[in-house]
Amino acid sequence: MLATAVIVFREVLEAALVIAIVLGASRGVARRGWWVLGGIMLGALGAGLVALFADVIAQSFAGTGQALLDATILLIAVLMLGWHNVWMASHGRKLAGEIKQIGAAVQAGNKTLAALLLICFTAVMREGSEVVLFLWAIAASGGHEFGMTVGGFAGLIVGIAVGALLYRSLLFIPIRYFFTVTGWLILLLTAGLAAQAAGFLNQAGLLPALGNSLWNTSAILSQQSMLGELLHILVGYIARPSGIELLFYAGTLVTIFTLMRLVRRRALRSCRSSVSVRGETQATSS
Amino acid sequence: MHLRLSSLILFGALAISTAVVAAPSTAQLTIKDRVFTTTELTVPANTKIKLLVTNEDLIPAEFESYDLSREVVIPGHSTVTVYLDALAPGRYNFFNDFNHAAQGWVVVGAPDQAKTGNQD
Repeated sequence: MLATAVIVFREVLEAALVIAIVLGASRGVARRGWWVLGGIMLGALGAGLVALFADVIAQSFAGTGQALLDATILLIAVLMLGWHNVWMASHGRKLAGEIKQIGAAVQAGNKTLAALLLICFTAVMREGSEVVLFLWAIAASGGHEFGMTVGGFAGLIVGIAVGALLYRSLLFIPIRYFFTVTGWLILLLTAGLAAQAAGFLNQAGLLPALGNSLWNTSAILSQQSMLGELLHILVGYIARPSGIELLFYAGTLVTIFTLMRLVRRRALRSCRSSVSVRGETQATSS
Repeated sequence: MHLRLSSLILFGALAISTAVVAAPSTAQLTIKDRVFTTTELTVPANTKIKLLVTNEDLIPAEFESYDLSREVVIPGHSTVTVYLDALAPGRYNFFNDFNHAAQGWVVVGAPDQAKTGNQD
């Protein structure tokens, strides 16, 4: 029962932390709750489908189908998180201002909300399909049905609770720094997901490793430890990274960071010029 | 200077392409009754390995390794392919994430074993 709880917890935690961070980062955006919820629901549905067709997926592409699917899902998440962060870079100041003054929600374009939905969808689908397969494996191996159900639910609830705790703690950050902090959190999270995608593409034999285990810090901080696991999810910590994982990590970090800087500078300039012309604060959302 | 640079690039490209094109040696792992039938899998060093993991059970298993940074679900009665790139000699732990009692090691041998592994 405990083993079931721990494994379900670890899978749920990853999705819960991703959702907690994007929920925080999209604070002040109108109707974001519905889009996040929609993403979670669709993700659960997708997880069921992936689990149901697990054998078909596994056998496809000469036995590398699952790694390719994982890499694809991760890269979609990377694109959407990158898009979301760049959007926030140009709108964060406005959002922070509105939250401070009237607490009113800001209307965001459908593209941004769709990105939010896709991020939650990919997080839940990837982790959820493993939970479904794992629970089935336990059930089929003649484990006690009752203990399994209790363990599974316990893992699910504790995982969601930790995600909620992260979200609540994020809200304690003063609004002036809030979007800067969430921006950095998403940046590191996204780089970590990109490194994971690179790992899967290497596992499928499509990308060279460019050197296995460039360094090994498992003696200092094992990836199996709770802290190692947490840092793996949040900032992409890998104890024994390969060259390709490092390359994807750094490449994603630099690309998104540069785009954020460019967009923020442009937003500031257009804000200044519109203020000097009419004093208007109404900006059209992209 | 120019010639030296281009020959360097050519050499680099050649080195990369042979690393990619060279047929990997194949290794096999089997899961039965939720455990690995081989707990020590010996492979040659510095050689790309095509590892076939077969699950003979009806229920799914997950081949996972932090040391090798590998993770894949293997549904019942199926085989998946996991590539391992040129490993340095040493021992690399792997396990069945759906049954942690099932542990195993990839044992990477001395470099001279790589040659015999490549010729078959």
